[in-house]
Amino acid sequence: MLSEHLKRLEAESIYIIREVAAEFRNPVMLYSIGKDSGVMLHLAMKAFYPSKPPFPLLHVDTTWKFRDMITFRDNLAASLGLELIVHVNQEGIDRGINPFDSGSSLHTRVMKTEGLKQALDKYGFDAAFGGARRDEEKSRAKERIFSFRGANHGWDPKNQRPELWRLYNTRVHQNESIRVFPLSNWTELDIWLYTLAENIPIVPLYLAAERPVVRRGESLIMVDDERMRLNDGERPVMKKVRFRSLGCYPLSGAVKSDADTVEAVVQEMMTTRTSERQGRLIDTDEAASMERKKREGYF
Amino acid sequence: MTSLRLYSEALFRGNLHAKEETIVERMLADQNKSFLRFLTCGSVDDGKSTLIGRLLFESQRIYEDQLVTLESDSRRFGTTGDEIDYALLVDGLDDERQQGITIDVAYRFFTTSVRAFMVADTPGHEQYTRNMATGASNSDVAILLIDARKGVLPQTKRHAVICSLLGIRHIVLAVNKIDLVGYDRAIFDQIVADFSSFASQLSFASIMPIPISARYGDNVVTPSDNISWYQGVTLLRYLETIDIKSHHEAAPFRMAVQWVNRPNLDFRGYSGTVASGAVTVGDKIAVAESGRASTVKSLVTFDGNLDQARAGEAVTITLTDEVDIARGDVLCPPDDRPSVADQFSAHLLWMSEDALLPGRQYLLRVGMRLVPATITSIKHKLDIERFEHLAATQLSMNEIAVCNLSTASPIAFDAYKDNPETGGFILIDRFTNATVAVGMIDFALRRATNIHQQHTTVDQEARARIKSQKPCVLWFTGLSGSGKSSISDVVEKRLHARGYHTYGLDGDNVRHGLNRDLGFTDADRVENVRRIGEVSRLFVDAGLIVLCSFISPFEAERRMIRERMKEDEFIEIFVDTPIEECMRRDPKGLYAKAQRGEIKNFTGFDSPYETPSAPELHLRTTGKSAEELADEVLGYLRMKSIAI
Ligand SMILES: Nc1nc2c(ncn2[C@@H]2O[C@H](COP(=O)(O)OP(=O)(O)OP(=O)(O)O)[C@@H](O)[C@H]2O)c(=O)[nH]1
Ligand SMILES: [Mg+2]
Repeated sequence: MLSEHLKRLEAESIYIIREVAAEFRNPVMLYSIGKDSGVMLHLAMKAFYPSKPPFPLLHVDTTWKFRDMITFRDNLAASLGLELIVHVNQEGIDRGINPFDSGSSLHTRVMKTEGLKQALDKYGFDAAFGGARRDEEKSRAKERIFSFRGANHGWDPKNQRPELWRLYNTRVHQNESIRVFPLSNWTELDIWLYTLAENIPIVPLYLAAERPVVRRGESLIMVDDERMRLNDGERPVMKKVRFRSLGCYPLSGAVKSDADTVEAVVQEMMTTRTSERQGRLIDTDEAASMERKKREGYF
Repeated sequence: MTSLRLYSEALFRGNLHAKEETIVERMLADQNKSFLRFLTCGSVDDGKSTLIGRLLFESQRIYEDQLVTLESDSRRFGTTGDEIDYALLVDGLDDERQQGITIDVAYRFFTTSVRAFMVADTPGHEQYTRNMATGASNSDVAILLIDARKGVLPQTKRHAVICSLLGIRHIVLAVNKIDLVGYDRAIFDQIVADFSSFASQLSFASIMPIPISARYGDNVVTPSDNISWYQGVTLLRYLETIDIKSHHEAAPFRMAVQWVNRPNLDFRGYSGTVASGAVTVGDKIAVAESGRASTVKSLVTFDGNLDQARAGEAVTITLTDEVDIARGDVLCPPDDRPSVADQFSAHLLWMSEDALLPGRQYLLRVGMRLVPATITSIKHKLDIERFEHLAATQLSMNEIAVCNLSTASPIAFDAYKDNPETGGFILIDRFTNATVAVGMIDFALRRATNIHQQHTTVDQEARARIKSQKPCVLWFTGLSGSGKSSISDVVEKRLHARGYHTYGLDGDNVRHGLNRDLGFTDADRVENVRRIGEVSRLFVDAGLIVLCSFISPFEAERRMIRERMKEDEFIEIFVDTPIEECMRRDPKGLYAKAQRGEIKNFTGFDSPYETPSAPELHLRTTGKSAEELADEVLGYLRMKSIAI
């Protein structure tokens, strides 16, 4: 049984998801394989039942995701019978962009942000769902549920449309689009409790297991494949770790943990003293970097 | 971990696995605690963001790494010298941090052992009023901040008016920065009085004044040692306990169809969220716009079919008949339908830099429907400072007006005050696609063509006859505290005891309902008395003996009511008590307030009382009890054969 709180959140999200399907010509759901995406997809399955979601999934693959994520993604789309579009920024690959030589900032901009914009343009999507939550980050807390993006996909935080009640303004001109965040009002804890209550499958990396890691500054980085650059004399050591948020493996910091079930993860959350974004190297580049990336068209 | 295959099977069976009882189960149960959405508003720099930062900080919603960032941010952008600038926890945009102001609303979440909260921290700058309105439309309670050094400012009033228009019923008047005025009680009292006299013209159900210091935390989460004269609750305690149940919970069933669900030829459902009321399988329903009717066959959800769906639930309805229903149609009970009209009157807050022009076409979104609409006339706009109605030919940004609108096709709606879900709308510019206005529908126009005058042979005489009484109005007039209500109470009790059917009207039952939109300006007092007069007239027509106790200071209005009635039906009773005596009694403490200047337009002080020139009855009260005076009234009624 869902709590009243989760029921309320669920109903609100379903309303938002249906609204997009009804109002837009060509919507798409960004599927990043993370826990938030998992919940969002689950809600989409509920929203249209007994129909299936009337839009495809899109994954912008940087080619540096954990291998477990890719396996999980392909199995899930197949088992739900949904169309999955995978887009890679080939231009970035040709330029040799990677997290080690290019730095996290450039890598993210080219492979994620540019890749996303390419895919949206290529397919002409006029609305794209994202699984971002307002409690994740201070500029996210400022964003509308229906977030207008101009012709270059950029967010203009000083000029957002008023968003009264649940009356969303879905009007866009040619080449403009809307990013839609059905999970805006969920917290990290809500996501986990819902995942647990609804038995939503998650990538095993969210649960603690012995994994080969190396220490980089404050972070533990998992050596997921042979492309990981090790320093001279550096050797991966096995540690029981898990991830609070998943991205490109060289940029995702693991935390030491014994939480190997979703229940244990929830319990751990109750005592943690740090935020989920702490493990994400891409946010710490500079102050307000999330806002800057969003202005450039990032989710 | 569920395997993927099992997951997808479970998905389409709609049956998920059971789990054993755990600590987590208890946490889930804990999540059943109630939920409150509130906003902070008020003028620039009054401390709204600092307050929210404080609340988040003290409710332990801030992680260590965020605290480290906050410390370095405070050094870099802070407005608080060496101290932590809590506003930086919420002012998350580059420009906000650089300029030290809030530009757009931030939504944050926190939980205490009692309640879960969603808070909207809104900007004080007039330029960003629309962002404040955005936050207010998603809130149940408003915290209106006032800088103790500055008092009630125009922007404070603007925000109060917007909260009131949007139907927020409870507000906290947070008198902030009390540390900067030496925790002075007199300053607090003055601000509360100033605001209360302004807010009497608005429709708040409650106003809770609390002296606070957002920066140092006094009365935010913990009671303050610095403000020993304040014995009330802290802000957080108030938020945890305020009862926000509203009369909207009794609103009839409404659901706008959001999406037509057709997975195959055998299934046709209408997906939507129940806006108000409830719907049960087997219920008869109608489509408001077309009038077509059908019966609910099933309420489908992914987790199985329901017997009943209530407000807020997202469902898919199937019907027993093939009815033509599309997105935007409003489903309702056949015997309790919304208005369907193409012309209506509404309150409007204009939010665009380009002025509103009557006659120009906009897109109107109400519920799930989008229709072309024009503003046919601006009836008046509101002067927020003086709360007056002004004539206007156009509206500029942040102005509030009452307008008539006309839509290209009829729309279904309820009055916003009855049902915000079906009575609120936005206007969209057709060319820029910007959201330019927010509106609250008041009523459909051309009512005269819909409501036909009922002709009946059951007249006043017939109604009075079955009560064996002679209907009339006993109109008690006199200064505040002169004894009108006490005398009229005794009279009513005695009449009732003798089997007469009476009804008493006084400030208590009229000001809160019928006339709650009226204040105490001369114009409003006139309208107040006029309405009471009309109600009395209808009650007399119904055959009742009506007892009215109102100061009713102006001769002209008393005469007007007299002239609306038949000879002998209006009995004016002048309750004559010298003002010195009224002031000595002062049962409601109003004279004291008037003397302190806290109440404006107080009769006998800065507003005149016109002594009746020819009352039916002149009660000189000095030295007499209410009972003795009531006897005088009853004696008169006997003499006129109205009551034995
Ligand atoms: N001494 C004192 N200073 C305060 C208090 N509350 C806020 N301030 C200071 O007042 C200034 C403005 O505070 P903010 O929280 O940014 O004000 P705001 O109402 O959010 O401003 P806008 O959102 O731009 O309208 C900051 O320097 C705060 O530190 C208080 O209780 N006491
Ligand atoms: Mg602020």
